[in-house]
Amino acid sequence: MVEKTGHLLIVDDNKVNRILMTRSVEMLGHRASVAHNGKVAMQMLAEDDYDVLLLDIEMPEMDGFQVLEALKGDPTLRDLPVIVTSSVEGLENVVRCIELGAEDYIAKPVNKVLLQARLNSSLERKQLYDEQKRLLGRFATEEVAQDLQASGFAIGGSRITATVLFCDIRDFTALSEPMPPEATIELLNTYYTLMFEAVTSHGGIVNLMVGDGLMALFGAPQPVDNSAQSAISAAQEMSRMIDMLNEERTALGEKRLKVGFGVATGEVVAGYAGTQTRATYTCIGKTVNLAARLEAHTKIVDRAILFDAETRQNLSASADCEQLEEALFKGFSELTEVFSIRN
Amino acid sequence: MTKDIIDPTVFEELCAAMGEDFARELAATFLDDAENMFAELKGSVKNQDADTYRRAAHSIKSNAQTFGAITLSERARDIELSGEIDGAAVDVLRATFDQTATALTGLLNG
Repeated sequence: MVEKTGHLLIVDDNKVNRILMTRSVEMLGHRASVAHNGKVAMQMLAEDDYDVLLLDIEMPEMDGFQVLEALKGDPTLRDLPVIVTSSVEGLENVVRCIELGAEDYIAKPVNKVLLQARLNSSLERKQLYDEQKRLLGRFATEEVAQDLQASGFAIGGSRITATVLFCDIRDFTALSEPMPPEATIELLNTYYTLMFEAVTSHGGIVNLMVGDGLMALFGAPQPVDNSAQSAISAAQEMSRMIDMLNEERTALGEKRLKVGFGVATGEVVAGYAGTQTRATYTCIGKTVNLAARLEAHTKIVDRAILFDAETRQNLSASADCEQLEEALFKGFSELTEVFSIRN
Repeated sequence: MTKDIIDPTVFEELCAAMGEDFARELAATFLDDAENMFAELKGSVKNQDADTYRRAAHSIKSNAQTFGAITLSERARDIELSGEIDGAAVDVLRATFDQTATALTGLLNG
């Protein structure tokens, strides 16, 4: 078996133990950093990447139990393997460490052979976690990846109140026809980069991209304070970015992009749809259809951003909104109130 | 030198596992750092600070185990688990440490 080596963080308030542990792991080919209490360790974990934590329990400022609790509550650190190395008394304390998520427990003075075996298995586990995370990251947004890691994977949805945003480049086909394919892809990439940035910076996720269209969700899987406000702010920001992009395009003698946004708030069914081997986080429901209809309606009324009454109610009273004529949308039996916001 | 003050085989094993120079340096660090731990222990008796009292005793116990100082580790453990602050026990521990330090120094020079 090939021995794995890693970057370890040794947390111990006792100088002799720190020196001894550092030497022990360095002799096994690992790289070590040290922290003299839990508080310092948490700061170091926030600033740098480590493969395994070797944690003492009895420490001033922040003890090992508190460190384990803090790690458990942090999605980015939850999977970091922790080996508790301590001479703390009482079996109940060992049990408590394991319950709090420690991978393993080694009593002090630490036996080197035992340490080597435990480190190898922890490093292997860390590698698996990292690989899993990398794969998840490639196929899902960070929020969905975290939701998956926290709750496990299950096909099926739940009813939640969220805000759905649709946006689309108007007449993209006509616009791209005279362009070489490379230029079309480049334009789409620029557009998507801007859209992604605006959506994620307002707490939303992009969960569908088709051609030049994009669907984003606010309020699921991660809750946001006011999903309607977040979605409208994101749309306004995107609109401003498109304006900036257009200034560049005009200077280069290229046609301006026109982008429409439709926003609707209400109940959706959100969750993982697909099969066990290939699934996406998505949402469906009347709210989704309404957002899509509103987006299409922007062309007819010549407004950049349109939204429904439910979204309007959740915006501040001082928001510069305009109520437009009610519209009868396909798939909806009644007239729908339509609002727009001045940029 | 009684075996309970310092078990020489523990130190020999430490030398074999970690290298003799390193083991010697570590022993020197232990003797040096113990002064800080006793200072904490005495301070905690004065301030009636049970947390620091327990933690300092725990550290002395842990290091005593590393060097095979059996009596020192047992007395420190008693203090760690006693649950009450006892100045006299600290004095006894200090005397045990002094004996341990003499024995360990003898081992380093022997």
